[in-house]
Amino acid sequence: MKILVALKQVPDTETKIKLGADGKSIDPTDVKWITSPYDEYALEEALRLKESKGAEVTVVSLGGDSVKDVLRNALALGADSAVLLKSDATDPLSIATALAAFAKEKGFDLILAGNKGMGGDNSSVGPMLAELLGIAQANVVMKLEIGEGTFRAEREVEGGTEVVEGSLPAVITAQKGLNEPRYASLKGIMGAKKKTIEEVEATAPAGFTTVAGMVMPPARAEGRKLDGDPAQQAAALFAALKDEAKVF
Amino acid sequence: MILVFCELKDGKLRKSSAEALSAGRRLADASGKQLGALFVGASVAGSGDAAKYGADAILTCEAAPLASYSSDAFAMAIADAVKAKGATVLLGAATAMGKDALPRAAARLGAGYAGDVTDLSMADGKLVAVRPVYAGKAIATTAFASGIQVATTRPNVFEAVEKAGAGAVEALPAPAGDFKAIVKEILAKGTGKPDLTEANVIVSGGRGMKNGENFAILEELADALGGVVGASRAAVDAGWGLSHDMQVGQTGKVVSPTLYIACGISGAIQHIAGMSGSKYIVAINKDPEAPIFKLASYGIVGDLFEVVPELTKAAKALGIGAH
Repeated sequence: MKILVALKQVPDTETKIKLGADGKSIDPTDVKWITSPYDEYALEEALRLKESKGAEVTVVSLGGDSVKDVLRNALALGADSAVLLKSDATDPLSIATALAAFAKEKGFDLILAGNKGMGGDNSSVGPMLAELLGIAQANVVMKLEIGEGTFRAEREVEGGTEVVEGSLPAVITAQKGLNEPRYASLKGIMGAKKKTIEEVEATAPAGFTTVAGMVMPPARAEGRKLDGDPAQQAAALFAALKDEAKVF
Repeated sequence: MILVFCELKDGKLRKSSAEALSAGRRLADASGKQLGALFVGASVAGSGDAAKYGADAILTCEAAPLASYSSDAFAMAIADAVKAKGATVLLGAATAMGKDALPRAAARLGAGYAGDVTDLSMADGKLVAVRPVYAGKAIATTAFASGIQVATTRPNVFEAVEKAGAGAVEALPAPAGDFKAIVKEILAKGTGKPDLTEANVIVSGGRGMKNGENFAILEELADALGGVVGASRAAVDAGWGLSHDMQVGQTGKVVSPTLYIACGISGAIQHIAGMSGSKYIVAINKDPEAPIFKLASYGIVGDLFEVVPELTKAAKALGIGAH
C-alpha cells in the first residue's frame, strides 16, 4: 500500500497572534512553528498502517524552506520519504490543486491529512483534493479501518457518528481521537538527518481567494465580578443575565 | 442566482440552514438577484419551509439513491445545480455535511471557498466574507477572484429572519452512477441534545473539575438551562474518560453560544480561541487572577463545587430556559 500524508506547518496553538505590517497576515516574529496537531493524527495513522499492513509512507508539505522542519520531523517518526512542494500559495483550492498535481498517477491508495489546517481554518483542502483526484473522501475521522480496496471510517457529525464506507483510493482527514501520536526516538531523529527531502516546484494556480485584510478580534466589553456567598452570587448572576443581558 | 444548499432534519429545515438562507436573502437583495434553496436527498418533504426565509425558488434533487449522504454524489448534485441555474454565489451552513460537501463542490466548480464565515457582503458583484482565522485569534476578510464564490456560514452567528418568498418549486435531475463513498449508518449518541456548535447555552468544565465524575454537576446545570456540556483540552487530555467531541478550543470545537459558563477553566490561549465568540461569558474560578476573568461578562470568584449547585438550584427555581 502507498500512503501520502499531507502536512502543514502552523503556529503553536499557545502562540499569541500578532498582526503583520501588511495588515493581511500574522507577524511571524516570535512564533513557534509546529506540525498542525490534526496532521499528527494523520501521520500516526499512516505509520500504524505501515506497521500492521505494510505500507510505504510519503509525506508532503507545501511552502518554503522552513517547512522542511515539519518534513524532517515526519521522517524521524517513521515516514519513508518526504517531498517539499515549493510554493507560497495560501488559497485552499490552489493548495489542493498543487497537491493533486503532485499526487496524480503516483498510485497512492490512501491520502491522509488533518481535518483542518490550523490558521486558515477552512477545513477544505481534503475534500477539494478528493474531488480533483476524482476519489472518495471521509472527513473528521475518529476511527479508520482499511480493507481490500475499501475503507470504513467513523466520522464526527452533530449528535453522533457517521459510518462512511467507500472505495480506495480515498482522502481521509483526521480528527482528534483517531489515535495517540508517538514521539520520535533518538534513533529516528538521527536517521532523519541523513535522509534527503525531495524538492519540487509546485504547480499551484493563482489564488481563487485572497486575504484582503486581517484584524484582531474586537475587545470584549469589560465584565464585572459578582460578590456574596454562592447563593447570593447565583441570584445576582441570573438577575444580570435576565435584566442586563436578556439571555433568559 | 444566489443558491443556498439546505439541510432537513426530521422533515424540517435545519436552523443553521435557515440562517444561511437569511444571509443569502440579504445578499440577493443587495445585488438584485434571485435566492434559490437547494435540497438534495431521497425525500425533500419539508423543503417548503425555505419560502419562509425568503427563497424565490426551491430546487429539489430527489432520488432514492440519495437516501444516505454521499460526499461525491452530493457535491456533484450541488455543482450541477449551480451550473444549471447559473448561480454565482453558493452558500450552505458550516455543519458536518456542509463542510464536507461544499468544498468538494467548490473544487468541482473551480470556485474559491471560504469556510465558517461570520459575515457576508457583496462588493463589485462578488462575495466578500469575514471569518475567524487561527481559531478566532484574528479575523480575516476573504476576497474572491473566481467567477463562482462558495462559503459556509457558521451556525448561531447569522440571524434567521422570516421573510416570505415565492418558493417556486423546480425539480432538478439527480446524479447517477456509482458513488465512491456513502454513509452506511449513523451511530447516534441518543442524547437528543444539540451539538456544541449549535447550542445556545454551554456549561464547560476544566482542570478545576478534578475528575470526570464531577462533570455530573455541570450536566445538571446544563439540563436546567437547556444547554450542553463542554470541556477544556486540559480536562479532555487528563484521562478522565471525557469524550474528545466535548472539547472546546483551537484543537476542538469553535463555539459561539449565547451563554458560555466556564467552570474551573483558567483560560489558556487555545481554549479562549474556541469560545471568545460567545455572546455572554460567565467564569467561575477559585483563582481571582485566572485569565478567563478578563473575558468574562460576569465573574464569580469561588469554589465551583459550591457555586454550580447554587446556580442549578436558582435556575430551577426561576424555571429558566434559554430562548
